[in-house]
Amino acid sequence: MASIDTTTVPEIVPARRRFLQGAGKASLSATAVALLIGCETMASSASRQGASDPKKDVSILNVALGLEHEAINAYQLGAESGLLSQEVLPVAVLFQSHHKEHRDALMATIKTLGGAPVEEKAIGEYAKALGAGGLKTQGDVLTLAARLERGAANAYLGVIPAFADPALAKVSGRLAADETMHWALLASALGQPVPEKALSFGA
Amino acid sequence: MVKPVLPLIACFALVSPMLAAAGENRGEMTEAGDAERGALIYDSRCIGCHSLAANRIGPRHDDVFGREIGALDDFDYSEALRTAVGTWDRVSLDRWLADPEAYLPGQRMNVMVAQPQDRADLIAFLRREAER
Repeated sequence: MASIDTTTVPEIVPARRRFLQGAGKASLSATAVALLIGCETMASSASRQGASDPKKDVSILNVALGLEHEAINAYQLGAESGLLSQEVLPVAVLFQSHHKEHRDALMATIKTLGGAPVEEKAIGEYAKALGAGGLKTQGDVLTLAARLERGAANAYLGVIPAFADPALAKVSGRLAADETMHWALLASALGQPVPEKALSFGA
Repeated sequence: MVKPVLPLIACFALVSPMLAAAGENRGEMTEAGDAERGALIYDSRCIGCHSLAANRIGPRHDDVFGREIGALDDFDYSEALRTAVGTWDRVSLDRWLADPEAYLPGQRMNVMVAQPQDRADLIAFLRREAER
């Protein structure tokens, strides 16, 4: 099992706490910050398992990679917007770093499976597609981020049955967990209610 | 280039017995859809990759209902979508959402909407958006 790198946690935790305290809604396990550490093992794990249809798995992973490229750029647009407070900005940067780890892990896995990772677009294309020009407040930025994170979580959960390699299906579940963590924190900061019913994701 | 005819798998009796046994009723199409509920489902499950007005990871959806399959010039479709022949209507969208790979092998979406009512609601929403 991969070790957990906690070197960046002390810098981030105070900002994250302020982020949450501002919303007055929730707390977060410190271990959640490092959920994705160990992603470098995804590729080797997938290789060992031996996918029965690696071409199809590569196709699914490339869609996921496209999603991560977009998420990284969405947080970049938010960070550069000048709309985020000093408390919120480090959290956005932290979430972006998670997506960068996702990206790196997905790219490594795609290459291991013999595929070509889909390339990132210019940030202006993401800005246009996401309607970044219409973001006027911090709430607008966080609302967009929350929608994208929830959508990403559902996308990762939705493709789990399609993977030929169970190890990659597990990876998809782990990615979904990270996106859900992001969504939960963003929704809390926005004061959105907790879903009343269970199993609200991945139907 | 002439597109090959889409495999005609609209007959619901051909649904895999394994899928039916899984209890998710794939292939059972619900007639009535609630566009309002469909909008909520869209915002929760589709928004990760799709938007109504812009191409993102997936193609834009503002006029997908009634649009020819794989017809947008400004989106990089998979070969499966690019060469398919047909129109996105209630039947084809239902089949696609139920199991995209079974409908068009080689596609890239792979997200399945298991519940027939959810599919019907999504389709009602997409139809409403296309008719605006």
